[in-house]
Amino acid sequence: MSQEMEFRQAIVTALDEELTRDETVVFFGEDVAVPRGVFKATPGLTEKHGDRVFDTPISELALSGAAFGSAVTGLRPVIEIMFGDFMPLAMDSLVNQSAKYWFISNEQASVPLVVRSAIGAGGRFGAIHSQTPIPWFLGVPGLKIACPSTPNDARGLLKSAIRDDNPVLFFEHKRLYSVKGEVDDDPVELGSAKVVREGTDLTIVAAMVGVRVALEAAEALAPDGIDAEVIDLRTLRPLDHATVAASIERTNRLLVVEEGPRTGGWSTTIAAELAEHSLHDIDDIWRLTTADAPVPFSPALEDAFLPAAEPLAAAVRDRLGTAIS
Amino acid sequence: MLESLTGSERVAAEVAQVQVPAQAGTKQRPKAGVLPKRAESLEIYRRMRLIRDFEELVQALFLKGEVHGTTHLYIGQEADAVGVASALGDEDRVAATYRGHGVSLAVGVDPQSLLDEMLGRATGVCGGRSGSMNIVDLSHRLIGCFGIVGGSIGAATGAALSLSRQGKGGVAVAFFGDGAVNQGYFGECLNFARVLSLPVLYVCENNRYGEFTPFESVTAGEIVERPKTLGIPSEQVDGMDVFAVRAAADEAVKRAREGAGPQFIEALTYRYVGHSRADPAKYRKPGELDEWKERDPLTVARGRMTEEGGVEASEVDEIDSEIEALVAQLRAEGLAAPMPDPAELESASEFKP
Repeated sequence: MSQEMEFRQAIVTALDEELTRDETVVFFGEDVAVPRGVFKATPGLTEKHGDRVFDTPISELALSGAAFGSAVTGLRPVIEIMFGDFMPLAMDSLVNQSAKYWFISNEQASVPLVVRSAIGAGGRFGAIHSQTPIPWFLGVPGLKIACPSTPNDARGLLKSAIRDDNPVLFFEHKRLYSVKGEVDDDPVELGSAKVVREGTDLTIVAAMVGVRVALEAAEALAPDGIDAEVIDLRTLRPLDHATVAASIERTNRLLVVEEGPRTGGWSTTIAAELAEHSLHDIDDIWRLTTADAPVPFSPALEDAFLPAAEPLAAAVRDRLGTAIS
Repeated sequence: MLESLTGSERVAAEVAQVQVPAQAGTKQRPKAGVLPKRAESLEIYRRMRLIRDFEELVQALFLKGEVHGTTHLYIGQEADAVGVASALGDEDRVAATYRGHGVSLAVGVDPQSLLDEMLGRATGVCGGRSGSMNIVDLSHRLIGCFGIVGGSIGAATGAALSLSRQGKGGVAVAFFGDGAVNQGYFGECLNFARVLSLPVLYVCENNRYGEFTPFESVTAGEIVERPKTLGIPSEQVDGMDVFAVRAAADEAVKRAREGAGPQFIEALTYRYVGHSRADPAKYRKPGELDEWKERDPLTVARGRMTEEGGVEASEVDEIDSEIEALVAQLRAEGLAAPMPDPAELESASEFKP
């Protein structure tokens, strides 16, 4: 049954449903239980599910280590790393232990854990509470990375992540927590992108807040006669290259919008894949990312730093000029 | 005298007895721990002998170029893995380090499949995918050996979380070296386990060197004291005496099983070979190795079994011969085992389907 809810409510709903459905699911992190989560995304869980939801010390490496160790011995842990910027503290267990286990154990066991983490800029948190840590993990085989843009996908992808037998990083963009949308009961498959606006002249690929920016830009471009298609990637590992390739086969032009440094991110991967496999379909391809620089603090600086709808639309007009006829 | 004491008093008395100075060359140490029944004592000795001879074989094969990459041998530390493993049951779980061959054999990993893994063969315990440093054998309770210093501490802490929820009395054990006490895992996980009262036994094998550096030059204070500040019971044992290690582990595991939360043992031991294949161990103090070898864990065990355990020297000799033959067979079969087929990389998935 479909109902309207905020993104943060979609998160707690998915957690509640999976904790109810499967008693091997546990959820722990800093300030997630009694304090209800610093982004108020996990209220009521410990009251309902007791000691399966608990607060931990501020010890990210212990959190990820405990997640790994419990995941290979029968539990399905979900942990919260409060800000994505704290992920480096949890790196050894995630990258060296969890991501490799299925392969190097010769498939004796996989590691069914989920790491929830709030990421992204726009909250005036400064350089070390605003990053998108995705590129740090893109080159790590064995990890899945989910990055919803809507409440429905947040609920559906989180349910799938918890049911998945592999380690999943589940990133929640801070600027989405208060977004409202219709939510249904179904899980959303990991690794499947979605065309969220059909168009014929240009494909804009984005994730998380970038999808909202891209949709807004597409509307702004319509009066100019530019009909943009928008793809929400929804998962960044594995990345749904097929949906992107199928779109560019029709539109022949691709713009990738990534909130993250210009070097080493997923927009680079998409451009490389298409160049290698779809060159004959491409008239134009470019990327709009944040700069290779730390996220600045001042609202005046941070707003200028981030991808936004109007500059994005202007960039498209500038780039395509009279190409659209 | 010990027999007249209660369990915890006996542990305290035994611990007091083995609080020897952490120095090489302490030749006369008080004996700690009551020997188990004859058959069990013999099995304990057998495991230690297997580890010793297995490791010598690995070293020999390494020098012949049959074992690739690097190896970290357990020679000298056999009493620690075997002593602790002898106190464990089927419901328990173990995490170890890149110096993990000894723990693997101690918990029952098939020696042929372990050797085959060293040799990179398809018949290896991990199909040749993992190698010497990262052995996993869930069928023998070994959740993994971890190549990063301290990794076993996190893994066992998590396993203890599972075991505590399963309610079957299982205890998780982390083996790690003196170097690991200065890693983030140590401080974070011991506190984590204590506040959640997890059933985990932390076993620090203090072999006196973190890689090439003497531990005391990079470690502040006494290792055994650190857990105590968190309220974790912590004991130092003679890590060259398998029966002393076993006695301490037995009591610690029992306490963890009964809900007393995490436990800590520092086993004072010594590795006879370098840190890894690249290390000739020139940093040792003159005479240090010889002094430790005078208290070789196999010699100590043999002595105690024949003096206190009613075991005949000939029975021990028999085990030595049996293992010698077994290891020769392991060598022959290992070298004849097939290499993995590179085609498997085409079909292997990074994810469990």
